[in-house]
Amino acid sequence: MSWLSTTLTSSIGRKLVMGLTGLFLVSFLFVHGIGNLALFKNDGGMAFNAYTVFMTTSPIIRVMEIFLVAGFGFHIYTALTLTNQNKAARPQGYAYKKSSPGVTWFSQNMGTSGMVILVFLILHLINFYAEYHYGIMYDGKIPMVDINMGDHTVNVRNMYEIVKTVFQQQWWVSVLYVGSMVLLGMHLAHGFQSAFKTFGLEHKKYTPAIISIGNVIAVLLPALFASMPLYFLLTGL
Amino acid sequence: MNLNLHIWRQPNGQSAGRMVEYNVKDISEEMSFLEMLDVLNEDLLRKGEDPVAFDHDCREGICGTCSLVINGRPHGPYTTTTCQLHMRSFKDGETVYIEPWRAKAFPLVKDLVVNRSAFDRIIQSGGYVSVNTGSARDANETPIGKEIADEAMNSATCIGCGACVAACKNASAMLFVSAKISQLAMLPQGKPERKRRAEAMVAQMDAEGFGACTNTGACAAECPKSISMSNIAMMNREYTSAKLTSDAV
Repeated sequence: MSWLSTTLTSSIGRKLVMGLTGLFLVSFLFVHGIGNLALFKNDGGMAFNAYTVFMTTSPIIRVMEIFLVAGFGFHIYTALTLTNQNKAARPQGYAYKKSSPGVTWFSQNMGTSGMVILVFLILHLINFYAEYHYGIMYDGKIPMVDINMGDHTVNVRNMYEIVKTVFQQQWWVSVLYVGSMVLLGMHLAHGFQSAFKTFGLEHKKYTPAIISIGNVIAVLLPALFASMPLYFLLTGL
Repeated sequence: MNLNLHIWRQPNGQSAGRMVEYNVKDISEEMSFLEMLDVLNEDLLRKGEDPVAFDHDCREGICGTCSLVINGRPHGPYTTTTCQLHMRSFKDGETVYIEPWRAKAFPLVKDLVVNRSAFDRIIQSGGYVSVNTGSARDANETPIGKEIADEAMNSATCIGCGACVAACKNASAMLFVSAKISQLAMLPQGKPERKRRAEAMVAQMDAEGFGACTNTGACAAECPKSISMSNIAMMNREYTSAKLTSDAV
């Protein structure tokens, strides 16, 4: 094996992969969350549909999509590999377990919160990616809409209508989304600060700030995402 | 005081083990936890039964030989070694679960005794400073700043008991390995070999079958010598920079 693959498959190397891909995925959450704010513009979905056209046609976004899939892929694959190795490191467990003082539940259960987020991700792709491309709940007849692109109008798929339909008609989807976001918050609260320690970046001057930033991100991002299904649920009443 | 004990009994690494219940009577609260086990063993010997095997040596909290997961926590409810844990920490009639360190890299020898040679092999792989033979060098030949000497000493207080491994949900040895890597990387005598040391010790740690680090902090919380988690961050830094810059391709 070359030095690079030896490094990246060592215990510390795998943690580096987790941290790097994890922080990259956090940056994706920022972009995704801010872009989706267009849902809240009270214009019947015009802004959101224009945003959808940009996201599905822009070459930069298409390239970033490849990185995003790779980021998720490496994060999940490395997590599963590490979990297997860590489980194998203790074949026989304790009859009596007690957690140590100061150890948070979510730092001990990153795998569990990660699995919930993965299930959410698959559901999310079925709800929106699959509906946008194949219109399953519309029997293939995807709703269309005319949007104003400055000097001309174009007839595009009405993503806003799809979002509204999913969140308002399948209320259990909204509930699952909000619940998953709670676990995403826990995952981020530990993952963000832990990544910096894995990179070796720990110092009494900066670590408290990193932990605080991580906690703010862990509350703000999931709250932003959870507000979207809640908004449609409440306005649809 | 009287206690209800649940102790892991296993004749050897090859056969199956199980928790066995024992009752001990008239235990003084002045006794150490190990003395309480001595009382139990004397009782078992009188009855012609096999005494419970457990590791112990100095009984002063400095050698790192004693172990035991007591009621789910390595070395019991306080940050001390099992030999320095006293029976006044327990209540009369309390049920106490006593188990060995659990890790694939620490194979069970008998009852509560595990083989911690994996730690020795990790130290042998690089946890030292090479010194040419000859007459002893003057102790104060290399000046070391007070702050660095203190920091290095904090890492050097590790007694290698393995409580970090026992406490970690991943049975990771990173607190132990990082304490030695950090201690030697901070001192001028250790700097010439720091890259080779970080690479070799991490490779040996992985080869022994210890898990990886999730930064839960359980290791530092249970360490009887209060070794800090910052050692792990320093080891990550040492290892990554060694891998990126060393001559070992």
